[in-house]
Amino acid sequence: MNTASVHLGAIDYSILALYVVFVIGIGFALKRQMKTSADFFLSGRNIPAWVTGLAFLSANLGALELVGMAASGAKYGIATCHFYWVGAIPAMIFLAVFMMPFYYGSKARSVPEYLKLRFDERARAFNSVSFAVMTIFASGISLNALAKLLHNLLGWEYNISLWVCSFIVLLYVLKGGLTSAIYTEVLQFFMIVLGFAPVVWLGLRDAGGWGAIKQKLAGVAVNPSAYNLADSASTAFHSDAWTRAWKPLLGGPSANPMGIDLFAMVFGLGFVLSFGYWCTNFLVVQRAMAAKDMKAARNTPLVAAVPKMFFPLLVILPGMIALALSATEGKGYQFPKAVIAEAKMPAAIASVRQSAAAGSDVAATSKELSLTAGTSFNAAKVEELLKSAPGTPDAQLAIKVQDAVVNDYDGVILSLVKRYCPSGLLGLALTALLASFMSGMAGNVTAFNTVWTYDLYQAYIAPDKSDEHYSWMGRVVTVAGILLSIGAAYFASMWTNAMDIIQLVFAFVNAPLFATFLLGMFWSRTTGTGAFIGLLCGTAASALFHACTISVGNLPGVKGGYIHTFWTLPSDMAQNFWLASFAFIVCFLVTVGISLATRRTKSDEELKGLVYALTPKQTVDQVWYARPGTIGIVLLIVCVILNYIFW
Amino acid sequence: MGLDIRFPIGMMFTLIGLLLAATGLFSPDKLSLGININMIWGIALLLFGILMWGSALLSSRKK
Repeated sequence: MNTASVHLGAIDYSILALYVVFVIGIGFALKRQMKTSADFFLSGRNIPAWVTGLAFLSANLGALELVGMAASGAKYGIATCHFYWVGAIPAMIFLAVFMMPFYYGSKARSVPEYLKLRFDERARAFNSVSFAVMTIFASGISLNALAKLLHNLLGWEYNISLWVCSFIVLLYVLKGGLTSAIYTEVLQFFMIVLGFAPVVWLGLRDAGGWGAIKQKLAGVAVNPSAYNLADSASTAFHSDAWTRAWKPLLGGPSANPMGIDLFAMVFGLGFVLSFGYWCTNFLVVQRAMAAKDMKAARNTPLVAAVPKMFFPLLVILPGMIALALSATEGKGYQFPKAVIAEAKMPAAIASVRQSAAAGSDVAATSKELSLTAGTSFNAAKVEELLKSAPGTPDAQLAIKVQDAVVNDYDGVILSLVKRYCPSGLLGLALTALLASFMSGMAGNVTAFNTVWTYDLYQAYIAPDKSDEHYSWMGRVVTVAGILLSIGAAYFASMWTNAMDIIQLVFAFVNAPLFATFLLGMFWSRTTGTGAFIGLLCGTAASALFHACTISVGNLPGVKGGYIHTFWTLPSDMAQNFWLASFAFIVCFLVTVGISLATRRTKSDEELKGLVYALTPKQTVDQVWYARPGTIGIVLLIVCVILNYIFW
Repeated sequence: MGLDIRFPIGMMFTLIGLLLAATGLFSPDKLSLGININMIWGIALLLFGILMWGSALLSSRKK
């Protein structure tokens, strides 16, 4: 794994360099406009909707999108689209139609500041601290994934990639603040789409089109353990488990590779997690807040929803193509997995023989084997190894041991890039990858520096300072945020599946949050004390839920269940979605209960512009078909049609 | 808006498109599935870049 598997030519470096020059150039070109702290943190609120809309979308791209979604595409198939069609589009439309008027109209500079206006300092402090921590972690996870990937693919030194990429982001955010982050995000959006489209197109051609992929994946679904996709040789899904989005879900957790039920998917992901993320996460909401007027602010998530709906073609399909190719004879495509070093192989073989002779069980054998070979193994394949070890000569056993290594899902996208990109296109695809990481990191850093400066520093540490002072602070904390992200990246390098961890962190912090916003925006009786205690209880409930449940195949510890295992869920994802649902319900009920028991501290007049019923209806000067509500309905219909096609 | 982002985007993709197309022209042996993808995609990016430029120019003339 330590040797570079791809060498870049002069043309590839030229494309990469061009991109870097342009993103930094945009930062420097905008430097002149950065006069006040509002310019730096809020872009002076003068950006058109198509720009903030595309930025809204790319700020959300981190390690998640290109690497993680292709990984999930291979692991779960088309059901991964639920993260888009169920887990994003409805929430983005809700944000545009119902919530943006309050965020933008209240003149709050950040989401935590809205909480302060609506409730009090406690909710703001809680939200800004948790948001700041989460942002740094998200950015660190993304950064770690990038540096690892560059190391494996190009042989670039992990530390150097980490620091150089961070430095580029630092440079343009420092120079041009939020405006520069937003503008480069638009450039990065086009880079990502245009850089990966040819890879997907070539992949589709190679695999023989959608029909051939469907046919191959049907073969995979009925025998998943042959492809290291299941832990037991007896697992068999319905033949359309990878190629249909809803049908496999209806069969219950055991019928789909995600191991998820319909309620967890629709309520947990589709309502709690998705609305919690898209409607309350300042990282994305900040983009809409920077729009030039209320109309543009409300259109921001709607503009973003259009490409978001079709993003699965670009990010999930590659994973499915890779899996289909690996199941096709004669394509010469090997699904990515760690290679056991030649020097370690004899010890690994000896370990298998020893376990087989001693009659060890699968778990013990896997553990022993992992220690000697330095990588993890698939349980179903290990079971097979134990059976066949005695009668198999070393040479064949070595092949079987290698075959038993777990799939490296995160390597899917790169294996396709390697397969299809000659020098030239390679540089473009690589630049697209870098662009997706940078847009995510810049998004995190700009959201972090705003929340820190306005909601923590100005609110609690140094209230009455000059505007220059806060501008200065913003720049200092931009540097600090990047350094903390780097620290978080080193921390994240000890963890394996970035996707699941991100989901877990989001679940802890975001799941209860949407209950607070929903009640705050639509029920004027919600009190500050109710909101704060509700949030605390919701977050505590998610931590408690995590401590008392575990998913199949995991040991108590970081994966949960460290207090006691009351409930064993069929998969990590199911655990996350149920956790979110549980935290949301607890937060909702506690907030309602405490609000009814406490006195209102804000009058109707004070809540004007912050609560739905107390805000006068806006006089709409738009024709009916240009109104956010109409566009939202049209988008929803398109989304339903997509779901229907892949039912 | 002090800077129309379409200018830098258009400029960048025009340059990258030219680079790719030139690579496709001068090393036609770099194929993928038998297709000179550098050439095809280079031209596509070039067109996209020019389109961005064009639309930015049009809207700046209007003002």
